[in-house]
Amino acid sequence: MVPTAYYLVLAAVLFSIGIAAFLIKRNVITIFISIELMLNAVNLTFVAFAHMWHQVAGQIFVFFVMVVAAAEAAVGLAIIISIFRTRQTLNVDEIDLMKS
Amino acid sequence: MSPMPATYLWLIPLLPFAGFLVNGTLGRRLPRTLVSAVALLCTAIPAALVAWLWITMRAAGAPDSIALDSGPWIAISGFHVDFAGAVDHLTLIMLGVVTGVGFLIHLYSVGYMAHEEGYWRFFAYLNLFMFFMSVLVLAANFLLLFVGWEGVGLASYLLIGFYFQKTSAANAGRKAFVVNRIGDFGFLLAMFLLIAHFGSLDFNQIFSTIGQHPEWLGARFLTAIALFLVLGAAGKSAQIPLYVWLPDAMEGPTPVSALIHAATMVTAGIYMVARCHALFDRAPVALAVVACIGAATAIFAASIGMVQHDIKRVLAYSTISQLGYMFLACGVGAYAAGIFHLLTHAFFKALLFLAAGSVIHALSGEQDMRNMGGLRKRIPITFYTMSAGVFAIAGMPPFAGFFSKDEILYQTFISRGPLGKLLWVVGLITAGMTSFYMFRLWFKTFFGEPRFEDHVSSGEHDTHPIHESLWIMLFPLVVLAILSVIGGWIGIPTALGGHNEIAHFLDPVFASGAGIETTTTGHALELFLTLVSVLVAALGFCFAYILYYKKPSTAALLADRFRPTYNVLVNKYWVDEIYASFLITPLLMFTRGFLQLIFERGVVNGSGRAAAMATRGVAWLTHSQISGNIRSYAGWLAAGAAVVVAAMIFGRSLWVHL
Repeated sequence: MVPTAYYLVLAAVLFSIGIAAFLIKRNVITIFISIELMLNAVNLTFVAFAHMWHQVAGQIFVFFVMVVAAAEAAVGLAIIISIFRTRQTLNVDEIDLMKS
Repeated sequence: MSPMPATYLWLIPLLPFAGFLVNGTLGRRLPRTLVSAVALLCTAIPAALVAWLWITMRAAGAPDSIALDSGPWIAISGFHVDFAGAVDHLTLIMLGVVTGVGFLIHLYSVGYMAHEEGYWRFFAYLNLFMFFMSVLVLAANFLLLFVGWEGVGLASYLLIGFYFQKTSAANAGRKAFVVNRIGDFGFLLAMFLLIAHFGSLDFNQIFSTIGQHPEWLGARFLTAIALFLVLGAAGKSAQIPLYVWLPDAMEGPTPVSALIHAATMVTAGIYMVARCHALFDRAPVALAVVACIGAATAIFAASIGMVQHDIKRVLAYSTISQLGYMFLACGVGAYAAGIFHLLTHAFFKALLFLAAGSVIHALSGEQDMRNMGGLRKRIPITFYTMSAGVFAIAGMPPFAGFFSKDEILYQTFISRGPLGKLLWVVGLITAGMTSFYMFRLWFKTFFGEPRFEDHVSSGEHDTHPIHESLWIMLFPLVVLAILSVIGGWIGIPTALGGHNEIAHFLDPVFASGAGIETTTTGHALELFLTLVSVLVAALGFCFAYILYYKKPSTAALLADRFRPTYNVLVNKYWVDEIYASFLITPLLMFTRGFLQLIFERGVVNGSGRAAAMATRGVAWLTHSQISGNIRSYAGWLAAGAAVVVAAMIFGRSLWVHL
């Protein structure tokens, strides 16, 4: 049986990769994927703890996260497409309409 | 006649309120006849109900008091106030005055106000007044009484300022309101003390508690409560030192002066003192204060009234003076005599005001007696009815005022206490003054040479020749004149072969307290005192006759001879000026100097400005970070999350170590 700590370390590694990509990458789609990576790292910890405590609550949470992530992906991709249509770029450094 | 169900009693206040709602909301669009019909109906039915109630309660075996309860109003653990009313014989007399005289004055107003703007507004306010006044006299606890008390103050304010486009009227209304606030402050403090000591505001509960504790005679807290109540009563009933609003209140239309500022509202203070007689009987110091205030006000106002030229102002000072008599009566423990005078005064003073209004109406708005004279032949009905009022207030037998005033003077004379005789002398001098200034008014208005032009024009009324008023104005005058003649016969003392019915009628109310027993003396003394006061009244008449009829020039000569005294009186002892410079100016300086400049501009506005500047500073510090660059936002987000995680992991141990 694999110890719980292994799962947690793997999740931490995945989460850190997600954050690093989120901060470094300039392409919106890559940033989007890194967000998904972070979400799934969290999902992994949920499942790990659910397994450790023999409770289903953690797994139920994971389902919720997946549903929300799916909805987010649909909306997010739609936004990305419309950004690309109007500005002909996906570089986040050039998308700074919110500048004060 | 079958006894009256208590449920109908609520109609007495509620119908005028309904009239107020109808006229106040729809009146602007209704024709004048309909407005007056609504107003009259909503006062006539309560008057009829009171008449029914009167018959019921006079019947043999009728209860002394009818209680009406309509459920709780305020209920907080242990302390509760109900919407509760009670009718006993004292309330019955007040109700009779309020609804009866009130209805007559409504009738008169229909004629008097016929040409005025804001007809509907006037009747709406008048009905509102009737509502609050009925609440005041029906209330069975202090809080409900206070509601009526404040409500009549509101109606009084609205009606004094009825011609609100006139600055003097608007100011007079405000003055009345502000001066009354001072009195109400005393009333409120008295109520707080009552709650603190009795845990209740119910009349029955408080007075029966006081009745069970004879050892409280002169107790300090009772004296304090009574003195605060006196302050409230002095405000409402225009006694020294708070009388200054009443002369200015004459800016209102004349029917208002008659109803509110002579017959009913200003007697609320006397009613309240009489209602709380059980409390006052246990506070001799407060009673002495009441008597002294009353006597001082009576002579003070009468002396001012002797030299006024405005017909309504003479009557205003006369009202203050007569209210002083009622205070004096209460102060010597003769509550029944005070209420008796309240009743007769309501008749003859309402009559005098209405007749004065009729004179003013005939002269197209002229109020200065120097421009009157010789009106006897021109407006005969007004003359005869007003004569009844003048003879009544001057204390000529057998008119109404004679019996009530004499009863007060007699009770003052026989009252035990060091002050009795002195107060009697003051009251007697005042009686002479009253007779003098009323006959002065009578002679100057109705006798001698006419001093007016037949086509005087004045702003307030249309110009037209001198004429007698309409029947709708004369009818109330006639009724009130009859009452001014016979109204006193219900209180003919036994010394003059009567039964003093009113005293027996009020016995169930005032006997329960019975703290101050009056020494009974022989009829000889009473007859002698009566003779003295009649002589004094006749003396006043003679002076007025010589000065203003026989040799009209002597009045001016006398005024010249005693110029300093005359100046003091004409300027009303400079009381308004003294108040202005010693109270109002310092107060204004405090508000303008401290509150406006330092508090308003400094603290209130300053704190607002400081908040705005702090926000702007923070914005200035952070706005460079709002770059629109998503990656920089993401960096801040991640850094924040890292700080939170770090705080959760290390913060606790750090906290423990600190």
